[in-house]
Amino acid sequence: MNGNLLTIAEMSTDEILEVLDVTDTMVEVNARRIPKVPALRGRTVVSLFYEDSTRTRLSFETAAKRLSADVMGFSVSTSSTKKGESVRDTVETIEAMGIDAVVVRHGSSGVPAQIARWSGASVINAGDGWHSHPTQGLLDAYTARSRLGSLEGVHVGIVGDIKHSRVARSGIEVFTALGAQVTLVAPPTLLPPNLEPWPVKVAHRLDDVIGDLDICYLLRMQRERMTEALVPSLREYTALYGLTSRRADRLRPDALVMHPGPMNRGVEIAGEVADRPNAVITDQVANGVAVRMAVLYLLLGPGRDALGEIPRDTTVEGSMPDTDTRAM
Amino acid sequence: MSSEQTSTNQMGTDARSTVIKGGRIIDSTGERSGDVVVVDGRIASVGPDLDADVVIDASGCIVAPGLVDLHTHLRQPGKEEAETIETGSRAAALGGYSAVLAMPNTTPTIDSAAVVREVLELGRGAAVDVHVAGAITVDRAGDALAPMAEMASLGVRIFTDDGSGVQDDRLMRRALEYASGLGVTLAQHCEVTALSEGTCMHEGEWSARLGLPGQPAEAEELMVMRDIALARLTGARMHFLHMSTAGSVAMIAGARAAGLAITAEAAPHHFTLTDACCADYDATFKVHPPLRSAADVAAVKAGLAAGHLDAIATDHAPHTSETKELPFDQAPPGMLGLEYALALAFTELVDGGSMTEADVLARLSWQPAAIAGMSEHGRPVADGEPANLCVVDPSTRWVIDATGGASRSRNVPYVGREVRGRVRHTFSFGEQVVIDGEVQR
Repeated sequence: MNGNLLTIAEMSTDEILEVLDVTDTMVEVNARRIPKVPALRGRTVVSLFYEDSTRTRLSFETAAKRLSADVMGFSVSTSSTKKGESVRDTVETIEAMGIDAVVVRHGSSGVPAQIARWSGASVINAGDGWHSHPTQGLLDAYTARSRLGSLEGVHVGIVGDIKHSRVARSGIEVFTALGAQVTLVAPPTLLPPNLEPWPVKVAHRLDDVIGDLDICYLLRMQRERMTEALVPSLREYTALYGLTSRRADRLRPDALVMHPGPMNRGVEIAGEVADRPNAVITDQVANGVAVRMAVLYLLLGPGRDALGEIPRDTTVEGSMPDTDTRAM
Repeated sequence: MSSEQTSTNQMGTDARSTVIKGGRIIDSTGERSGDVVVVDGRIASVGPDLDADVVIDASGCIVAPGLVDLHTHLRQPGKEEAETIETGSRAAALGGYSAVLAMPNTTPTIDSAAVVREVLELGRGAAVDVHVAGAITVDRAGDALAPMAEMASLGVRIFTDDGSGVQDDRLMRRALEYASGLGVTLAQHCEVTALSEGTCMHEGEWSARLGLPGQPAEAEELMVMRDIALARLTGARMHFLHMSTAGSVAMIAGARAAGLAITAEAAPHHFTLTDACCADYDATFKVHPPLRSAADVAAVKAGLAAGHLDAIATDHAPHTSETKELPFDQAPPGMLGLEYALALAFTELVDGGSMTEADVLARLSWQPAAIAGMSEHGRPVADGEPANLCVVDPSTRWVIDATGGASRSRNVPYVGREVRGRVRHTFSFGEQVVIDGEVQR
């Protein structure tokens, strides 16, 4: 990952598997009575969110805090960016305060990559434009793997607005890297152009593939797409691409239903379907914290070899001497 | 190769004569060897073994008419932090140019005699001959015709809303009809905004992968198609700016074969770079029309070689580093070109293509001069002609650096690229404005 996490495309399969394996350890930490370890004590993580996303931001900040990192939040609405400060100046200002990692969310594709060129800190992409959302992809893969055992040969249908979705791009990358077969299910207007080089199949009707899926991954359908002549109406979208109760009945009994949230119940997914036992949507959220802990740990921590030294919860919060960790 | 000054007074002042010795002369009449004597702003004689007060050794070099750029953004008035007429003209002189056509998308827009006069006045002391293109519509807004006749009376021969195309079909028809009555040429930036609005690169494999909104080749081609139809309807002369797609080149070829009075240009970046250059989100590679696919690059090269595209025009578009460091989708489009065009053309079109150096010089000098009606540029290297000349060492290989040369900006998309051909000297009306690669003004 070269000190950064910008896209899943630049991770090797071994690196992806390493994140998932470390996530297992973090899930165990999160299950403790006091879910906190000193692994990143003394490290500073800044969250730099140019786009509102309370969920992702909370998930990252929780992850950093559970590893005992210091967390600074840079809130765009209250900061100098409103006064026209450039991203580069902001990054250099923050960096001058002495930081180890910056977690970036931006509405424009490529901003985390730009920041990585300017910054010596580790850059973690928390979602950029339509481009990439690597921790979402990793948590999706982790969630699916923990339910299905392996993703080898698994058939994943990603349904909805692929074109404008960083979640879809990261999902395609991580699922295919782990041996799954991905089918994109969308009208042509919601697919990216020139898909030929992508390792995916395409279907234009959910009904054509629903019975063959091991994972039905639904994307959020944004209302503004209606005004861009991409689909005629939400009603028509739901009729063709929504996971209605009737369609969900055609899923294999062990097939998973996934969604990155926030859901539009009644549009891309029927409310009742989201609450079925094979819907793992809340697992995704829970695993999100653990995956982000794993990413932070691998980028900033003492290294995989020191994982065994993540102390039991009796050592938490400085109740034992610092010599118990190598986490500085 | 080295060039030697026998006098410290190199400014080619009126009384002194200068001889460019031992070069290979290439101009619109062909190719030959010979010495060229310059006196009092003009070529006094051309032939073997000539002498003069100042001797410039041009052995191994090409001596050609100065280059003419049909498409230069000098940014003045309005964006002097990115470029001025003075700095842009220096870059032009270093690139071998003796004349540039300044695009009208300044602030204020060059859409009236007053602004034309201001720019011409600012250009008077510049290192190269600064010509001005006027806007087709008031403020380039696409709503009302600009006063073309009053601008034409000051010598404006090319009108364009460059930066955007004239979207309204009826207005474009009227503009062509009106322009034909004035004997001036309209030049179109072909881009249908309904298909390009909100986009920042070429639509294709790379835009899909990078998650950036792309515009299809058809955004350009639909307007090329419309304007060919309107040129046929009106019989007006028309020039097509920065053609970048295979489809555009094919339509231009067809329209010319059908006898329409159509000319067209291509920019160096469109025969050198592809949309894959955008992979790192470096907005240095953001430009309009966008960098296209490898197939489009091949078609532009073929179109230049076949003569469907008459001119290589730089679309030199300086932008400050601050603006080019914005997120890719917010950064302004454009890249530098004046100091690199000739070397890129030798490298990509001669070494990496099927053209000769003479073919390239035709598209950089006398053909664009004819399109812009610049009667003192691109002339044959012959007795009595204005001494607008460049001396180029075609064998020098050099690596393009990130400094941006004489431009006030540094948005160079060719950093690290090795190219062939370096301008040694440039003459502007007899004055040696570039001596041994150093600009004198």
